[in-house]
Amino acid sequence: MLDYDVKYLKFKTYLNTYCPHCHNSFNVKQKDHDVIAFKAKYKNQDMDLKLSPYLDVFEVESSVPIEQDDVLEDLICPSCKKSIIDHNRPCEECGSQSAQVIISAYSKLIPFFICLKYGCEWHGLTKADERTIKLKIPRQEMPEQDQKLRVQNFMEVPYGLTTELALLEAGRCLQCKTPKCVDGCPVNIDIPTFVRLITEEKFDEAAKKIRERNILPAVCGRVCPQEDQCESKCVLGLRDNPVAIGNLERFVADYERKMDLVKIPAIKKIPNKRVAIVGSGPGGLTCAADLTLLGYSVTIFEALHQAGGVLVYGIPEFRLPKSIVDAEIEYLKKMGCKLELNSIIGNLYTVDELLENFNAVYIGVGAGLPQFMNIEGENLNNVFSANEYLTRINLMKAYRFPEYDTPKPIGNRVAVIGGGNVAMDCARTSLRCGASEVTIIYRRSRKELPAREEEVVHAEQEGIKFKLLTNPVRYIGNDINWVKGVECVSMQLGEPDESGRRRPIPIEGSNFVYDCDMVLVAIGNGPNPVIFNTAPDLERNKWGYIKVDPDTMRTSKEFVYGGGDIVTGSATVIQAMGAGRTAANAIHKKLMGEN
Amino acid sequence: MFEIVRKQEMAKGTIIRFDIAAPKIAQKILAGQFVILRVNETGERIPITVADVDKFGGTITIIFQVVGKTTALLRSLDAGHFIKDVVGPLGKPAHVEKVGTVIAIGGGTGIAILHHVVKAMKDAGNFVISIIGAREKDMLILQDEMNLISDELVIMTDDGSFGQRGFVTDPLKKYIQERSDIKLVYAIGPIIMMKNVCKITDKANLKTMVSLNPVMIDGTGMCGGCRVKVAGRTQFCCVDGPDFIGHDVDFDELEKRNSMYLKQEKDSLLFSIR
Repeated sequence: MLDYDVKYLKFKTYLNTYCPHCHNSFNVKQKDHDVIAFKAKYKNQDMDLKLSPYLDVFEVESSVPIEQDDVLEDLICPSCKKSIIDHNRPCEECGSQSAQVIISAYSKLIPFFICLKYGCEWHGLTKADERTIKLKIPRQEMPEQDQKLRVQNFMEVPYGLTTELALLEAGRCLQCKTPKCVDGCPVNIDIPTFVRLITEEKFDEAAKKIRERNILPAVCGRVCPQEDQCESKCVLGLRDNPVAIGNLERFVADYERKMDLVKIPAIKKIPNKRVAIVGSGPGGLTCAADLTLLGYSVTIFEALHQAGGVLVYGIPEFRLPKSIVDAEIEYLKKMGCKLELNSIIGNLYTVDELLENFNAVYIGVGAGLPQFMNIEGENLNNVFSANEYLTRINLMKAYRFPEYDTPKPIGNRVAVIGGGNVAMDCARTSLRCGASEVTIIYRRSRKELPAREEEVVHAEQEGIKFKLLTNPVRYIGNDINWVKGVECVSMQLGEPDESGRRRPIPIEGSNFVYDCDMVLVAIGNGPNPVIFNTAPDLERNKWGYIKVDPDTMRTSKEFVYGGGDIVTGSATVIQAMGAGRTAANAIHKKLMGEN
Repeated sequence: MFEIVRKQEMAKGTIIRFDIAAPKIAQKILAGQFVILRVNETGERIPITVADVDKFGGTITIIFQVVGKTTALLRSLDAGHFIKDVVGPLGKPAHVEKVGTVIAIGGGTGIAILHHVVKAMKDAGNFVISIIGAREKDMLILQDEMNLISDELVIMTDDGSFGQRGFVTDPLKKYIQERSDIKLVYAIGPIIMMKNVCKITDKANLKTMVSLNPVMIDGTGMCGGCRVKVAGRTQFCCVDGPDFIGHDVDFDELEKRNSMYLKQEKDSLLFSIR
């Protein structure tokens, strides 16, 4: 149990409390808890006064009843009989006189002030001491599902912060005057303000603050790589661990959703301005939300039967529960955004046909063409692309086969090729689908794993094995064409390549066979060709992704904008959201400029 | 939601024809393209190539054989019922141009897909010789429709209960010997049939197109489940196909890949019966 409990400046505490003069303790044990006892003077009478152990209200036990708004005349240490009133530091709220006590926190004695007006709850530290205490609070870890239990279910692994932990964590924020974290956020959420609102227990206002910039807080709080973004800029990170901004965002968003506080804002419609969004992934949803808020009539076209893009087909249930994505999309629909499922742009409508009916088009179709290494045996049975495996399990809910009709692939010893977040998702999913041994095969060392540290740690906790500095050469099949092993070669790291990571070089003659009955290839995705079939005039770069102007996300076609993975190649949810926002602003400017 | 406008049972109730109201898809879909449908919330996504389309009525026609859980579920639906999701058009359309004489070969439910292709071939001004086959008379579908759109029609049954006795490859051999003006062969049906047709036409150096039906989920190139080896290179049937030059296709691999879920399909069917 921690010996402190901080609510921003309001100290609730079971701390030992001492006289500033004689350093004798004021704490008195009474029944089950400590109370803090003083001698007090009130209306010229001596009396005993007991303060609640939380130091936030006077619980008077005396013969003389104290009236509301009366100020105690004196507060005296029962041991040394000296007054502990501090005349230099009046209450910051009501200006009444205050008393000073000494509290111990982190084996340090710190002066602490209490307002003597009955009914006023102010008490505080000096700024410097407050800072000292904040710096001493360790980063709060989210409680998680038990490691052994969680591999048997698809429920979310972290439970999220409790209110107490969130208050404690938010209390760590130093409220910098020029906050660096905001620069680290691709959508520039006002992080210090929402964190401050948490410390003030105004969770609903904190949620509103986040929603000003981010329409998918519950999603981002879970899947953003905060350690590379906002949290990497936090000044606390220089000497210790940064504030857990992502966990706090998640806490606020979950609170908002569970308490049903999500409000639909009033929107003033701009007549006859229609925008089509292609793809309902994070980028498309952000662009759609921003434009809807600005008053445009927005229609989202989604190729699959469910909206959400990678959030529903890619990221597993135990990392991002689908009910959260559904709630966010429901919110968009309530705002007036139209959603056309089962509509493949490129096949059902061309981009030019969309332009006949819409003033502008945003393309956020993602990078959905799975890549293979083009080595022998890749078409053997039970060799899957990560996309196929995850789509089966997540979107089609094959993990609940046969209740759901989509067959669940069966693998006992599973080899996952690749070291990114998708590879971790594949590995952890296959473990939950009943595999007895899962091994990640990655060609560089652990340091270069592109996955988030959190995901790697979770995978390791769950017993996923890592064969690092190893690359597959070919897959070996049995007589009925099912995979039975993967031949690998060991690698060593050479000089850094253009990505700055050291280039892996195969060690000749180090080949060995890893026995497995399922292989999941998670080495990345390329651009999906479907949308280009009917829009050959969309200019593309040398990798086949759409070329855009990075300031406006405008493509080579007028009124057509693009963003997310179809522009950058595989990246993160929040980066796609940032692109969606940039495009929304550019579309707004463009369409307003027309008039 | 997509309404089933008309239902027709064929081949003793083992093959079903649905006309589905899907006006947007009907406007766009071309011969050789397919749709993916999902019957209900817990359903799987299955690809079905479209047999016919009525642009004015806004319907597409699918014909399928009842082989597993999903097709059995589909059979239980009647006209007026709804299918949850229908998405399309998917895949590349059949390459249709005037080449002269075309032999179109269909087996089993492959005749349904062939029907759409032959219609387009005929419209393009080709002389179309159709060879259709089935196990027995009762299993043969669309012979009247095929008769209407083909310049010549040969019907084959394995047991000789209708038309001629034998396989569709028999008259093919005969035509190749007799006619020198054949420019293209289109073969759609069971893998083994397409494989055998390709063996014959390969010898005669005749361009042959086949339509493949591998396991698929999304149908937009996203999952890669429909990988087929064509001319030594892996292709995605959903975006690169479903029509390929038959001589390049690795049919053996396709057959093995299509048997990947036999166990689960059985489990699924048993589960639904229970």
